[in-house]
Amino acid sequence: MTSLSDRARGIAGGRRESWLVPALIVLGLLYPWYEDTLQILPLIGDFVPATESMVVMLALTMMAVGLNIVVGYAGLLDLGYVAFYAVGAYTAGWFASQQFEQVTFHFFSSVPNDQPGIHISMWVVLVLAGLLTLFAGVLIGLPTLRLRGDYLAIVTLGFGEIVPQVVRNGDNFGGFDLTHGAFGIAPIDAVGFPALGALGFPENFQTSPNRALWYYVIAFGLLLITVFCSVRLRDSRLGRAWIAIREDETAAAAMGVPLMRTKTWSYAIGAFFGGVAGAYYASFRAGAFPADFYFNISVFLLCMVILGGMGSVWGVILGGMILSYLDREGLATIGSKIQDAGVDFEPTQYQFGIYGVIIVTMMLFRPAGLIPERRHKIEMEEAVHDTPFYDVQTDGALTDRDQNDE
Amino acid sequence: MSNTATSILRILRNPKVVSGMGLGFIVVIVLWLVVNFVKDPTYFVNVGLDGLTRGSVYGVVALGYTLVYGILQLINFAHGDVFALSGLVASTIILSMLNISADSSGAAVAGAILVTLAITVPLFAVVNGSIERVAYRPLRNAPRLAPLITAIGMSFIVQNVSLALYGVDYESGSNLIPQGAAFEIGDILVTWKLVTALAIIVPTLIALTWFVSSTRQGKAMRAVAQDTEASAMMGINVNRTISVTFFIAGSLAAVAGLVFLLEYQMRYDTGFELGLIAFTAAVLGGIGNLAGAVLGALLIGFVQSFNEGLLWLAPGGDWTRSIVFGILIAVLVFRPEGLLGERTPEGA
Repeated sequence: MTSLSDRARGIAGGRRESWLVPALIVLGLLYPWYEDTLQILPLIGDFVPATESMVVMLALTMMAVGLNIVVGYAGLLDLGYVAFYAVGAYTAGWFASQQFEQVTFHFFSSVPNDQPGIHISMWVVLVLAGLLTLFAGVLIGLPTLRLRGDYLAIVTLGFGEIVPQVVRNGDNFGGFDLTHGAFGIAPIDAVGFPALGALGFPENFQTSPNRALWYYVIAFGLLLITVFCSVRLRDSRLGRAWIAIREDETAAAAMGVPLMRTKTWSYAIGAFFGGVAGAYYASFRAGAFPADFYFNISVFLLCMVILGGMGSVWGVILGGMILSYLDREGLATIGSKIQDAGVDFEPTQYQFGIYGVIIVTMMLFRPAGLIPERRHKIEMEEAVHDTPFYDVQTDGALTDRDQNDE
Repeated sequence: MSNTATSILRILRNPKVVSGMGLGFIVVIVLWLVVNFVKDPTYFVNVGLDGLTRGSVYGVVALGYTLVYGILQLINFAHGDVFALSGLVASTIILSMLNISADSSGAAVAGAILVTLAITVPLFAVVNGSIERVAYRPLRNAPRLAPLITAIGMSFIVQNVSLALYGVDYESGSNLIPQGAAFEIGDILVTWKLVTALAIIVPTLIALTWFVSSTRQGKAMRAVAQDTEASAMMGINVNRTISVTFFIAGSLAAVAGLVFLLEYQMRYDTGFELGLIAFTAAVLGGIGNLAGAVLGALLIGFVQSFNEGLLWLAPGGDWTRSIVFGILIAVLVFRPEGLLGERTPEGA
């Protein structure tokens, strides 16, 4: 039986071995250099992912960490996160490809100066994608965030379905080709260091002999930034407000937390990271294709958050890496092993069924995830209800609470 | 930024602005419909009848959502996939086991439909009930989002069961129904498809209405939906009542599955999108409200058919999904209680 003060310290502290995090960072960063060594190991060698796959895994994990801000911290179930991924990817398509051949505009781009279209340096585009997606998040969030949990989930799902369809049909808005329809936008410019070519850095990752390695290193850096922001945000005033809302909206509002503004921020910031990751991934695979954006991706990302532990950054990273590994290589490798053993079963075909089983099992038996966030675990175990908070006022006026926002 | 946004939001939520915008929108829609009607009245009515066929199928699925939501406040995502699985199982029974084909006589087809229903309805009542027992009941006291997330997981599981059993090919029983018109009123064709759909669905709706309004168990369902704790105190077995609700929802899914199979074609992932459309219908009519679900479903059916069928300025099938979800979002944001629902403290 832990005393209340112990528990409080546990919640506030979150202490970890101080050497663990730096060691993991160094190990992670150096992965491409010892990947070959791992792959020749007996037994486990076949299961070691290639650097190429690791880039995608990192980008997906980054999205999961972004989604965790919305779902884990603020407790808003977002089933349309794929919309943000799409906005990010298409921002990269608009500002760093030949999509708009009508104009020619270059800004520290990694492609030759005579190519038509808008080519802005991918570094700027990454930020731009984040900002545009943030704006999209605010736009989607403002009218909808007043809704209660499950209704919010279904509205976000609606947006998650609408955005890809608009993208798919967007090749003819009054004769203007915005998204190039079902073909998608390709090629999207590579990330690179056009100014540092003299120092031995690649000017263009895509054409560089160490393509996967460079994309990996930058993806790792982006993930680190995301995690850093995520952890700092969690401990900030805003982050504590999110957690307060998650635990009890009514109480949080009574304590003076402005619900709408706080929720919108969680939405916007979560969207930001989704957008950056989306743009980076689009640059890595050199294209944005509407077939990539469908509901299952949203659930896939949600599944990472649930598996790892809602609200727990380290858990989400673990969950994200596990599931994206399964998605990229794991299931295929396991499948070939199974088939070698003579059983005719192809797990990749049923991957979403497998994720479904993971979701259900986790919710039933370990609802706080693999690495539970302590506070969230207590919440789950003691079953704090997120009681509905919906002010019934005549004529659909805003609530008092929102008027006090200003 | 947030302040301007809040004030914009306030202007947007001003009842006059909202109703003005809503009215304007409806006027545009009505104008569009009237022009289309004037251009070719018989075609317009025929497209409308197609919408009626669709809408009636959506209605049966929407009832399953609305029943469960009314009693548990849970969006049962798996419902659409149960519907799809039931349709696929029905295809096995009617096409393979009963060997009904396009050459079979009308009486044989009708008999086979009854036999299939006699098998699939109880079967999927049990399937749906087991899903509730395994996946939702243990989470009855967990935070609200927990069962919702589980429902999404169950949806994927059921969908993959369909995939494993039936693969990616479409199944269809649409050639069992005569293609032509059952009868004509002027140039208006009342197709066999419509007749069949209504012949199965209308009795189902009557039976459901009778059950909910006139039996003891139906009364218990309404009581639990109103106030779970109070009805438990009055001696109603809440768990049993919830199970019965899931049984009924499963039976409805089975009926809808068979009708859909006879009208269109379906495969393992048909249920996901159709489920979302049906859920939108339930929300449009006012979730928890049985008549509302059917009304909403008919409206959505018309929306879809007019959008895909009309010739003058219709956005076309590419946009159906966006339009349906646009309606969903607009309803949730501006009139969350739906067309027939009542605004309650719980109902957001």
